[in-house]
Amino acid sequence: MTTDTMTRSARARSPLSSILRHAVMIVGGLLMVYPLLWLLVSSFRPPDEIFKNPGLILTSFDFSNYTEGWNALARPFGSYLVNSTILVLGSIIGNLVSCSLAAYAFARLEFRGKRWMFAAMLLTIMIPIHVIIVPQYIFFSQLHLVNTYVPLLLPKFLATDAFFVFLMVQFIRGIPRELDEAARIDGAGHWRIFFQVILPLMVPALAATAIFTFIGSWNDFFSALIYLTDADVQTVPVALRSFIDTSGSSSFGPMFAMSIVSLLPVFLVFLFGQRYLVSGIATTGLK
Amino acid sequence: MSAISELRNSSQRQGTARKREKVAYLFLLPWIIGFVFLAIVPMATSLYLSFTDYNLIRPAEWIGLENFQRMLGDARLLNSLRVTFTYVIVSVPLQLIFALAIAMLLDRGMRGLSFYRSIFYLPSLLGSSVAIAILWRQIFGTSGLVNQFLALFGIEAPGWVSNPDTALGTIILLHIWTFGAPMLIFLAGLRQIPVMYYEAAQMDGANPFQRFFRITLPLLSPIIFFNLVLQLIGSFQSFTQAYIVSGGTGGPADSTMFYTMYLYQKGFAELDMGYASAMAWGLVIIIGAFTALNFIASRWWVFYDD
Repeated sequence: MTTDTMTRSARARSPLSSILRHAVMIVGGLLMVYPLLWLLVSSFRPPDEIFKNPGLILTSFDFSNYTEGWNALARPFGSYLVNSTILVLGSIIGNLVSCSLAAYAFARLEFRGKRWMFAAMLLTIMIPIHVIIVPQYIFFSQLHLVNTYVPLLLPKFLATDAFFVFLMVQFIRGIPRELDEAARIDGAGHWRIFFQVILPLMVPALAATAIFTFIGSWNDFFSALIYLTDADVQTVPVALRSFIDTSGSSSFGPMFAMSIVSLLPVFLVFLFGQRYLVSGIATTGLK
Repeated sequence: MSAISELRNSSQRQGTARKREKVAYLFLLPWIIGFVFLAIVPMATSLYLSFTDYNLIRPAEWIGLENFQRMLGDARLLNSLRVTFTYVIVSVPLQLIFALAIAMLLDRGMRGLSFYRSIFYLPSLLGSSVAIAILWRQIFGTSGLVNQFLALFGIEAPGWVSNPDTALGTIILLHIWTFGAPMLIFLAGLRQIPVMYYEAAQMDGANPFQRFFRITLPLLSPIIFFNLVLQLIGSFQSFTQAYIVSGGTGGPADSTMFYTMYLYQKGFAELDMGYASAMAWGLVIIIGAFTALNFIASRWWVFYDD
């Protein structure tokens, strides 16, 4: 017997095991998304049915949870959505600018203290937010910046999300140095190399950073809970949380409806940005 | 090349090197400012505050080790440690096992792979949101989704969230549900293992069990290690899920009172910021110790190719 036939027989799977694998995947996958589908369906049901009907079949289409939920809190829900959007866009811009600058320096430039700075940068991934949030809170409250977006946005413009710096460093290291050299021979300095050679080539890493930042900031609850106490500036997660305070079981309908509204942007980003998420995760995980 | 021109060259090189350094520090400027003022200074302040009594209104008063002594005798704190450790030690390995198992089933040219991958990945993106925690609160509530299903089989169960014996379990389950991110990393890792190895092993008569323990596991161990380190660091800091599922109380009977929640309560509800700072340093030490232990243990089980 030749190795060739051996290989083929090793690779080919019996139809039975293939069917079995698909069965496991389908049952497992259904189990995973069932809660989400049920949340969606339930948001169109009268509130009392939420506690009675575990199924997914919608008999009537009731939109009142949405209208009620939209107006249930101190401000219309749209106001929280706008606040979250401002925060998310600011965070994305901040992270893209500050992290890519730092990453270029770590990946391509030589300077004194590079090794320990890089190590320190990686170590900050490990530092729990709790150890810096108390002094930061004191600091920002003395500057009367609580209930503004400064405490949440400023860190993004100062590259404190070391994870993204790391992701970009890994990516830049994969870009051939010959490209930099060619640009240098043509007389380009580091700024031009950064803007005209490296940045255009690292779009996948930038996209991954933008998407992860989007999801992280959109879902960020802990810092929003601490810094944003006025209804005027509150973001979606904190607003959703106030549903729990006001609620008996009767408010589960509106709460579900607004939960769906809050999950929708993340879902859309997932749908259209999946490619970058997958490659972004793989890059940081592998090297 | 003459000595003089060499000298001139090297001094020129030094000049450009210094200039290049200046450029480097310009690129790094935002990070350096952030590192100093948003990491180092706050950490030093927090360390100082941990030795003081401070409530944001009166000036901080130095009390030495009192906060740390108080921590050792604080029954609620010790309970919150127990809750957090249970959560981390149960949910992290289970999550990684699920992630690896599904990744292995998905690997190697299965039809519909990208569709299945999306389905399993989606929960990990949504899972950290308040919305999902709210959903969880309903699902495991007294007349929630789970009990509605159980009722179809005539089983009457109490509310899972309101029972001190099961409340933590529901949050652990939520964490396991979000295994998609480590699964993606495993998938990418599995793809790096040459098919050749498996074929050779099969020719030598290795069974699937042996192939897993002799090939997959050793070759994947750096990635398992990476996932383990990241997940441990993250899980010790979990907050949102327990906070929302318990309605902000950490109840019932403190059974979901995570260390971070107790810290939040002390620092931001009671404004006992000296004590909260001491607790935060406790967390740093715990996470640091676990990470260090991980790195030390990795010498025995993580296998590097090169």
